[in-house]
Amino acid sequence: MSRLTAVILAGLLALTACSGSASSGPKSLRMTVWTANETHLKLLNEIASEYKASHPDVTEIKFDSIPADGYTTTLTTQIAGGNAPDLAWILEESAPDFVSSGALAPIRGKIEKGDELTPSGTKLWEKDGELYAYPFSTSPFGLFVNTSLVKDVPAKWTWEQAMAAAAASGKGLVLPDFKYQNWAVLSSIWRGWDANAWSDDGRSCGFSSPEMKAAMSFIHKAIFTDKAIPGPGTTVDFFAGNAAMAISQISRAGALKDAKFTWTLVPLPSGPKGDYAVIGQAGVGVLKRSKNAEAAADFLGFFTNEANSAKLAQFFPSVRSSLLNAQTLAKSNPLIRPEQLQSVVVEGISKGVVKPSHQGQEELNQTIRAALDPLWKPDADVNAVLDGVCTKIKPLLERK
Amino acid sequence: MTFWTYRRRDNLVGYLFVAPALLGSLAFVLIPLGLVGWYSLNEWNVLGGTFEFIGAENYQQLLSDEKLRESLVATAWFAAGLVVLNLSLALLLAVLLNQKLRGTTVFRTLFFSPVLVSLVAWTLVWQLMLQPEGSVNGLLGFFGVDGPNWLRGDSTAMVAVIVVQVIKNVGLNMVLFLAALQGVPAPLYEAAKIDGAGAWTRFRRITIPLISPTILLTSIITIVGSLQVFAQIAVLTQGGPGTSTTVLIYYLYQQAFQFHHFGYGATLSVLLFVIVAALTLLQWRMRRKWVLHES
Repeated sequence: MSRLTAVILAGLLALTACSGSASSGPKSLRMTVWTANETHLKLLNEIASEYKASHPDVTEIKFDSIPADGYTTTLTTQIAGGNAPDLAWILEESAPDFVSSGALAPIRGKIEKGDELTPSGTKLWEKDGELYAYPFSTSPFGLFVNTSLVKDVPAKWTWEQAMAAAAASGKGLVLPDFKYQNWAVLSSIWRGWDANAWSDDGRSCGFSSPEMKAAMSFIHKAIFTDKAIPGPGTTVDFFAGNAAMAISQISRAGALKDAKFTWTLVPLPSGPKGDYAVIGQAGVGVLKRSKNAEAAADFLGFFTNEANSAKLAQFFPSVRSSLLNAQTLAKSNPLIRPEQLQSVVVEGISKGVVKPSHQGQEELNQTIRAALDPLWKPDADVNAVLDGVCTKIKPLLERK
Repeated sequence: MTFWTYRRRDNLVGYLFVAPALLGSLAFVLIPLGLVGWYSLNEWNVLGGTFEFIGAENYQQLLSDEKLRESLVATAWFAAGLVVLNLSLALLLAVLLNQKLRGTTVFRTLFFSPVLVSLVAWTLVWQLMLQPEGSVNGLLGFFGVDGPNWLRGDSTAMVAVIVVQVIKNVGLNMVLFLAALQGVPAPLYEAAKIDGAGAWTRFRRITIPLISPTILLTSIITIVGSLQVFAQIAVLTQGGPGTSTTVLIYYLYQQAFQFHHFGYGATLSVLLFVIVAALTLLQWRMRRKWVLHES
C-alpha cells in the first residue's frame, strides 16, 4: 500500500513539476481563438509579427484555433490539465464565470487610451472597477434580408410585419445559431417585448414574466401557426439563399461575399415596447496562471491599441469611440453601406444590451434548454412551459 | 552464496519483460483511477484554481441530486432497450445466416460492415437521415406513414438513439453468435429430429443451452458498452429533448466539462464504475444458474 501511495505521489509531483514558475529569457505566447478563418488568422499573425519585431524576448506568438462549438469546454479542460494558454478569447456567455472566478489577470493598466472604450461595451468584463478582458469584438444583431425573395423592405419593420413578410415569402426567417438549443439567441427577438432571461442582478427569473410570455407566444405562433420560422430539426441556410431572412451578427456579413442573391441589412424590427438592439460580445483576457502573464498582458496592450483595433474592426467591431463611426467602419466593411452601418452597428453598440449571461452560465444553458424543449411542439402550453423554466432555474439563480 | 541466484535472475528478466505493459497500465489506468477517487473527495474550482478537501460531500450530493435520478432512469431504459434489441437481433441474424445458402457471405459482410465505420461519421449520417424531412421519414412516407420528428420527440429520441447504436454494433454480436452456432454438433439436431422435436424445440433445447456461454459473453459486453455510449448522444440529441436521453455518462460529462464541477464529475464516474462492476459481477455469479458447463 505504502509503495502504491509513493508511486502516485511521484506521479503527481512529476505532473506538477511540468507547470513550473515564472521563466526569464525567451518567451513564447499562446492565444486560444475560435476562428479558423484564414483571413482572420493572417491578420492576427501580422499583428504578432510586428510585436515580435520590437520585442526580441518574445520568440513565438501562436494562435491556437479551437472550434467554436465546445470552445469553452476545451479551454477549461486545458486549464484543468495544467496546460492553460497565456491569452484566451472568451465568449460573452462565459464572461461572468471567468471574470468572477479570478482566473484572469487585471489588464486595465496595459490598455492604450482605456478611457475611450464605450462603457456599455466593457461592463461585462469588469469587476470592482478593474478590467479583466478586452472586448475586442462587439457585434450587434441585425436582420439580413434576401431581397431576391422579399422585394419590399422598409427601413424599419415591426416584428408583426417582418414575420408576415417572412411567411409570405414561403422561405421563412432563420436564426442560424439557435437550432432550438441556444435559446439565448432568442433575446434578439424578445428584447422587443422588454423581456429578459433574468433580472439585472441575476437573482430572479424572467421567463415567467408577462413580457416573456407575450414574446414567446409570438415566437411560437411564428413557428407553428404562421410557418414563418422553420420548425425544429430542419436546417435552412440563409447564406446559401434558402431563407428569406436571418437574424445574425454583423460579423457574419463576410459569408455573403459570394452570395448568388441580393441582400440588405436592416436593424432588428421594433417590438411592442419599441426599438432596441442586442449585441454579442467576445473578450480577450490574460490567464493569471500563465508563466508569462506579464508579457502576455503587454502583448494584449499592443494587440488592442488604436492602430490594431482599427485593423481588427473589419471583422470584429470595436468599442473604441474613435472607431465607432460609420466612416471608419465603411472602410473595412465594403459589403455594407454606411447608412446600414450607422443604424445597425454604431447605434446598436451604443444602445445595445448584451445577450444574457450569468455566473454558472453553462449549467443554466442546459437546464433552460431542457426546460424549453416542450415549447417546440405545435400544441405546447407556452405559459406553463415558461413557468416550468423558472421552477427549474430558481435554485441556480439563487446560488451564492 | 551469491545474491544473483538463477531463480532471482529469471524473475528479474520476467519482470523486465512485463515492465513496459505494467508501466503503461500504471500510468494510464491505475494512477488515473486513483486520482478520480481522490478528486471525488474534493471541490475543484478549475477557473479559480482552488482545490479543497470536502470529504464525502460530493457523495451526499449524489443522494439529493434530482437530475442524477432522471439520468439513471434514462440510463436504465437505454441499457435495457439496447441489450434486448441488440442480442435478439444479433441472434436472429446469426441463425438466418447460418444456413448453407448462396449469398450468405454477402449478407454477413453487409451486417458486419457498420462495426468498422467511424462512430461519429455513422452518427452524423443518421442525424441527417432522422431529420423531419430526412430519408427515414421519406421511406415511411412511401408506405403512407407520417413519420415523427425522431430526435425531438420525448420517446422517439430514445428509440432513435438505441436503434442507431444497435445497427452500428449488432454485427459484432452476430459474428460471435455465428461462431457459437457453428460449434453446435450437427448430430444432436439429427437425433432430436428423429425423436420428433420441431424446429422451435430444437432451438430452445439444443441451440440456446449450447451457445449460452456466448450469450453470457455478449450480454456482458453489451451491457457494459451501453453504459459507455457517449458520442451518439452528444451528436444526436445532446441529452434532449428535456433530459430524456441524458444517460449517466453524458450527465457526468456535463457536470465535469461543461459546468466545471470536476469534483462532482469524478464522483459520478466513481458511481458509474461501481454500477459497471456490480452488473458484471452479478452476471458472472448468475452464470452458474443458466450457462451450460458452469454448474
